[in-house]
Amino acid sequence: MARLKIDNYAYREVPRLGVSGWLRWTWRQVTSMRVALILLILLALAAIPGSVLPQWPQNAGDTQAFIDANPFWGPLLDATGFLDVFGSAWFTAIYLLLFASLIGCIVPRIGVYWRELHEPVAEAPSRLDRYEPQDFPAPEGARVAIASIGSVLTPDTWSWQKSQTPTSAATEAEAASEDDAQRSGRKWSRPRWWSWLVDYRVRVDERPRRTDDAKRELALSAHKGHIRELGNLLFHVSLIGILLAVAAGSLLTYRGQALIVEGDSFTNAVVAYDSYESGALFDENQLDPWILSLDEFDATFSADGTPQNFTAHGTLIEPGFVGREVEAEVNRPIQVDGAKIYLQGNGYAPRFTVTDSNGEVAFEGAVPFLPQDTVYTSTGVLKVPDVSEGEQLGFKATLLPTEVMAETGPISGHPQLTNPVIYLQAYTGDLGLDSGVPQNVYQLDESQLSPVRGDNGDPLLVRMEMGDTITLPDGLGTVTWESTPRFAAFDLRRDPSLPWLLAASIGSLIGLSMSLFGARRRLWFVAPLNPGAGQKTTVVTAAAWAPAHDQGVREERDRIIEAALGRPTSEAPSPEES
Amino acid sequence: MTAQELSWLALWGATALYAIAMVASAVHLARVADARVAAKKQADGAVTSEGDSATASAGSTSTVTSTGTVTVNDRARGIARATTLIGAILQGVGVVARGIESGHVPWSTMYEYTITGTWVAVVVFLIVQRKRDVSYLAPGVTGFATIALGLGLTVLYAQSTGLQPALQSFWLVIHVSIAIIATGIFTVGAVATVLQLFRDYRDSDTQWLQRWKWLEATPPADKLEALAFRLHAVGFVLWTFTVMAGAVWAEHAWGRYWGWDPKEVWSFVIWVIYAAYLHARTTQGWAGRRSAYLALIGFVALIMNFTVVNLVFQGLHSYAGV
Ligand code: HEM
Repeated sequence: MARLKIDNYAYREVPRLGVSGWLRWTWRQVTSMRVALILLILLALAAIPGSVLPQWPQNAGDTQAFIDANPFWGPLLDATGFLDVFGSAWFTAIYLLLFASLIGCIVPRIGVYWRELHEPVAEAPSRLDRYEPQDFPAPEGARVAIASIGSVLTPDTWSWQKSQTPTSAATEAEAASEDDAQRSGRKWSRPRWWSWLVDYRVRVDERPRRTDDAKRELALSAHKGHIRELGNLLFHVSLIGILLAVAAGSLLTYRGQALIVEGDSFTNAVVAYDSYESGALFDENQLDPWILSLDEFDATFSADGTPQNFTAHGTLIEPGFVGREVEAEVNRPIQVDGAKIYLQGNGYAPRFTVTDSNGEVAFEGAVPFLPQDTVYTSTGVLKVPDVSEGEQLGFKATLLPTEVMAETGPISGHPQLTNPVIYLQAYTGDLGLDSGVPQNVYQLDESQLSPVRGDNGDPLLVRMEMGDTITLPDGLGTVTWESTPRFAAFDLRRDPSLPWLLAASIGSLIGLSMSLFGARRRLWFVAPLNPGAGQKTTVVTAAAWAPAHDQGVREERDRIIEAALGRPTSEAPSPEES
Repeated sequence: MTAQELSWLALWGATALYAIAMVASAVHLARVADARVAAKKQADGAVTSEGDSATASAGSTSTVTSTGTVTVNDRARGIARATTLIGAILQGVGVVARGIESGHVPWSTMYEYTITGTWVAVVVFLIVQRKRDVSYLAPGVTGFATIALGLGLTVLYAQSTGLQPALQSFWLVIHVSIAIIATGIFTVGAVATVLQLFRDYRDSDTQWLQRWKWLEATPPADKLEALAFRLHAVGFVLWTFTVMAGAVWAEHAWGRYWGWDPKEVWSFVIWVIYAAYLHARTTQGWAGRRSAYLALIGFVALIMNFTVVNLVFQGLHSYAGV
């Protein structure tokens, strides 16, 4: 059984590099294949914790909570990189080693492949016993038989290569007869490089017979398999391409998040983003100052509240161009200036007007509320620092798009605004906005605020419907809920490496298919030129070799014989098929 | 009858037929094994033709071809083939009816993934069977299909719902359908690999396997290895495509092609394990048994990805979940 096979790529039977060179070459192949294999297994193992443990880049909140909840393991795992596996030193080390090994492996193999391309096909082995040979009668003699086998193998480019001794250079002579050309009947001839990649390359030797030096034989040797190795190289080189594209991408990319309320617009600049990050080589001056306004946001839900469709309709004005209508859906980003704008989220942004104790308008605008669940129970805060007199005002609010009464109290029954209600709590005091520490716009810093209380002394909780104006106690002012536009949350990203990444991925896929499905086959046909006494007809001995998984080679051998010599009269055993 | 009822009935019918197919093909396998043992003994000149006929029960014929292989044409084989085929047709009806019922491609929940994936596995098996006699794979494949379908219908069943906006994509159709086909092919490959290992250990005189005479009905380990490799090779190319299409889809839907979401981590792990398997096949000391174990580890990871990862880990993909 061919189980303990040396690496496939060491198959050459004649050690042209000399025995020690060959051994060294094999040894290097074997060891590096083994190293590559172990690194691959390590890579798979090392990735698993990244799916089991919370990870900083994916979910910082959970990760912090995990560390807090596990005072021993949390910090230990954090320090050893297990909470950021894919950025950890050990994960990086594994894949960099793997790619180093890959380059170290692929470069010499490209060289070997290149040399192999320019080498003639190896001569047929002098003994075919190892390859389960089969004899077929050739009534018209050895030369005709071998010539017609040759023309079946390479109908377009059949050339006659002859060498007196196995080592001497093959001499070429065109032997394609009119007959052959007509028999094959092909008009379309494939490009040379193509047929050279996928077809058999053929060589014929006239040589002394092994059994009897005085007698001679014709030996045809046909090889194919370049496509396999080419595919393998293409695959591995493309893997390096993928790694390079990803690395380049992380240096050249930028990514920002912005939230736009219906009717508002956004100007592309670093300061305008709610959050922004960019790779080390990205120059912020490259940001093109286009303007995106959100005209309307469509959201449809089924009766049970399952989202069915989200579409953001907007207008995009690029510098120097007239505005154009754009649409973003969840799976269809807007393209602008080499970047893509993805629709990431949506919600309601109720519009309020707040007047202060002097009756002056202290706040006017839409406030994005963050949806907390699938029925869009949304929470938001309203900060009113600019009061003309007295203490600052702050509000915490919960929006129920469709208020229904449950046993536990009011809840939202559906994400659409069928019966919208806001529950509002008011605070007075210092909002803490002047401290210089950036604040989360969705949270109220209550440390210097005190709740506004009702007549009974409890914190006031006001229920409002859309259009209502409520008057705060103690002459603090009024709050009016004007309307409820929607907002859309956009994620903007530019990554110039994407086309390269795609190209490298497609390359690897093509290479992989070529390598796994391309055939590597060897066929040999040997016929004695002057059959021995007692033998009436010439007999062609045919043999074939292919990797163990390729069981079709024997059939192909027989098909070729049949096409060249007609149906063999000898009894071939029936194939095992049922 | 509504599409839902039709789907439900057809799938239960398919499950029952696969169970019958599993038993029948196991019986058939046992007979082939007996006939082979008998043929071997006969070749050794130890048994007369009378002894031989005892192994072939009524209604069955066994023939020894010139190359020494034994084929047994008994009723069990006919039953196994017919039930598998009808089961696959019924299951096809069930899968299509589910698609009609839910109004989208039937692979957006674990239940749908299960019914479609096992169907692909059975169809792959039937296709391979058309080309060559692989009845030794039949008990494994039909057994797996019975269990997976049964679990799907009882544990995973979920009412069909509309598709979430993030799932409404051409890439869902591409990415998930190829993933399912890859899974089906890997499943048949895993069955072949298990047989390869059993056969290999039996042939190298592992004691407890000597009692499993039915293993005589399988081809030798290297033939099984060759078959498993071809299946895994096709599966691997499709899985590579799945991962890439997933990245394209993620790029469209979430604005990043790769974010190490648990599902992405596991797709990657599976890919790397099968890549290691392909390497191991041609690495000295790893070809044969060790590479076979890698293939099986890959399959375990594939099943994990579909069960544990869906149910336990939180991630962007989890809404596609139960
Ligand atoms: C990033 C790491 C690597 C990955 C993901 C990878 C993946 C693969 C895959 C999937 C195959 C099978 C398909 C084919 O034949 O083309 C393969 C084959 C092969 N790889 Fe790699 N490989 C990696 C690194 C390496 C390294 C470092 C070496 C050098 C020792 C290497 C040498 C080979 C060889 C010689 C084959 C051909 C085996 C055969 O004929 O089946 N690979 N590789």
